[in-house]
Amino acid sequence: MTSTVVINKAAPTRTVKYGSMSRDRTWALRWSYFFLTLFAIFSLVPPLYMLITSLKTSAEISAATNPWWVFHPTLSNYVGLLTSNQFLTFFRNSAFVSIFVVTITMLISVPAAFALSRMRFWGSATLATGVFLTYLIPDTLLFLPLFKMFAVFDDWTGIQLINHWYVLLLLYPTLTVPFCTWIMIGYFASIPKELDEAAIIDGASWFQTLTRIFIPVALPGIIAATIFAFTVSWAQFLYPLVFTTSTDQLVLPVGIITSLIKGDVFNWGQIMTGALLGAAPPLIIYAFLMDYYIAGLTAGATKG
Amino acid sequence: MADVTLRKVIKRYDEVEAVRGIDLDIADHEFVVLVGPSGCGKSTTLRMIAGLEDITDGDIMIGGDVVNDVPPKDRDIAMVFQNYALYPHMTVAENMSFGLRLKHFPKAEIKTRVDEAARMLDIVELVDRKPKQLSGGQRQRVAMGRAIVRHPKVFLFDEPLSNLDAKLRVQMRIEIKKVHQKVRTTTVYVTHDQVEAMTLADRVVVMNHGRIEQIGTPNDLYHNPATRFVAGFIGSPAMNFVPCRLEDVAGKLHIRLTDRIAFALPPSRAARYRGVARNEKLLLGLRPEHVAEAKPHPEPGVEAFDAVLDVTEPMGMETLIYFTLEGAQICGRVNPNAGARDGGPLRLAVDLNNMHLLNEGTGAVI
Repeated sequence: MTSTVVINKAAPTRTVKYGSMSRDRTWALRWSYFFLTLFAIFSLVPPLYMLITSLKTSAEISAATNPWWVFHPTLSNYVGLLTSNQFLTFFRNSAFVSIFVVTITMLISVPAAFALSRMRFWGSATLATGVFLTYLIPDTLLFLPLFKMFAVFDDWTGIQLINHWYVLLLLYPTLTVPFCTWIMIGYFASIPKELDEAAIIDGASWFQTLTRIFIPVALPGIIAATIFAFTVSWAQFLYPLVFTTSTDQLVLPVGIITSLIKGDVFNWGQIMTGALLGAAPPLIIYAFLMDYYIAGLTAGATKG
Repeated sequence: MADVTLRKVIKRYDEVEAVRGIDLDIADHEFVVLVGPSGCGKSTTLRMIAGLEDITDGDIMIGGDVVNDVPPKDRDIAMVFQNYALYPHMTVAENMSFGLRLKHFPKAEIKTRVDEAARMLDIVELVDRKPKQLSGGQRQRVAMGRAIVRHPKVFLFDEPLSNLDAKLRVQMRIEIKKVHQKVRTTTVYVTHDQVEAMTLADRVVVMNHGRIEQIGTPNDLYHNPATRFVAGFIGSPAMNFVPCRLEDVAGKLHIRLTDRIAFALPPSRAARYRGVARNEKLLLGLRPEHVAEAKPHPEPGVEAFDAVLDVTEPMGMETLIYFTLEGAQICGRVNPNAGARDGGPLRLAVDLNNMHLLNEGTGAVI
């Protein structure tokens, strides 16, 4: 009984490098910074080019000089746009549409998500998946049947919605509601079940549970959904291009294109200025809401 | 405050029957603990009393009124959850007063009640903090405070201490008992910890597989268990079970454990077990404290034998010993000075005056 058992364990044969954890971490950080810098350059160059171009006159833009330098800076593009009634109308239409769409979206998707995540009813799981699937249908497919629907609606009722900015209030939610509902379902699902049970025992109705417990606790999720809804409605291009044509009904993205490109004449200076000015509101809203967008608001509700 | 009555309560989830017909009467002011292993239906029973689960069949009455279809908020109950379930965005005071504010109580009344509960639970200085700034024990106090301020008919506790560490658990256990002594609200408390059940309860309800195994005071369950399950579940270390059978030797009833070991039964026990069939497969149930070192002058009914110990566990005030008898591991409690050591021999004595005899097939205590 002197057989020797050789157990070949792979782990001990490897040389152990002490402190390798922090070395790994250092390298991981270096690579992160490298790619983050690359990404930052990649995404910041276009807006920078827009800013440079917006400070030039049309003559300087078409001149064969260094496109990355402004030799005769001018604010004429900015003054021109901000004093033009047309541009201000586009801006106002965009603001109205976005604010209303965000409001409508939130009024629909927050209660919908609450119902789908908390009230177990027949088909609720299927419905939740269905909501998300509708988001996957691209708007490039939807705009033709939607246009036809509004045309038929006009024929039947005599109410003309096409070519009014408020038609967009019906169209954009088809994009924003499914996605926001989906985000909110995820946030509500992360709230422990005992929290609504405690509220119910404390005497809260479903509606009170939603308004007094769920909305405050899921605020980061609601802000994320708001940002999404605002971005989608501010930047949407296809629907306003198709459904609105009169100059006074246009929103910013379409308005800039249709009013500043005249035939084959591109007013590049003003186009860049308009695009930059148009990007300002979402930026401001992000900066403002990001302060509130902090995860972990449920900390302390339960053990952990 | 009110009494709670369950009549043939059944809960069925699709195919699974979680609670299989429970009858239970809980008197006003009583502290009743539902105890059992996980999946025994104790939490489901509590949630049915709370109204968080529908009942499939039967009746639940609170204060004499059938509440089967009454929503939780109208049952006038308060519940403390295992994971506290505090509202994270509210301060301690807001958490405690949430229910009262929903019912539009006057501000002064709310303040009085919150102050009173905070004082009772010793959390006065915490009322302006958010839950995330509190420790586990403090959160559990707030959860209890939220229940107390409501002045409900019934308190329901769903394993409130299982998230706390051992030391804090003992402390909060005493705290809960103190609160109950002060407010005297009818309480139903669910736990899987038999020590918690024994220490807190006026009466303990032992549940297993969706049924009630036995209801009784802690001492009653400890000394007179009705079934093998209760006998094994209540008490720590658990009761020992040794296969045995009865036989008559010279006209006296004996209990035979092994070929070598048989004891004459004391007269009171012999009278009780006289009718048991001699070939019946039986189990001898002995609490560890009734397996001790042999004394020079044993009392009647205490029988000595020799054993070789497997393992000893010195606990300070006593030493737990483990040895094997007929394939069954036996635990005993001996004096630390009795000379018990791992692998060593020891002369032990069993106190047959406190023995239990169980039918091995049915598990019933004879």
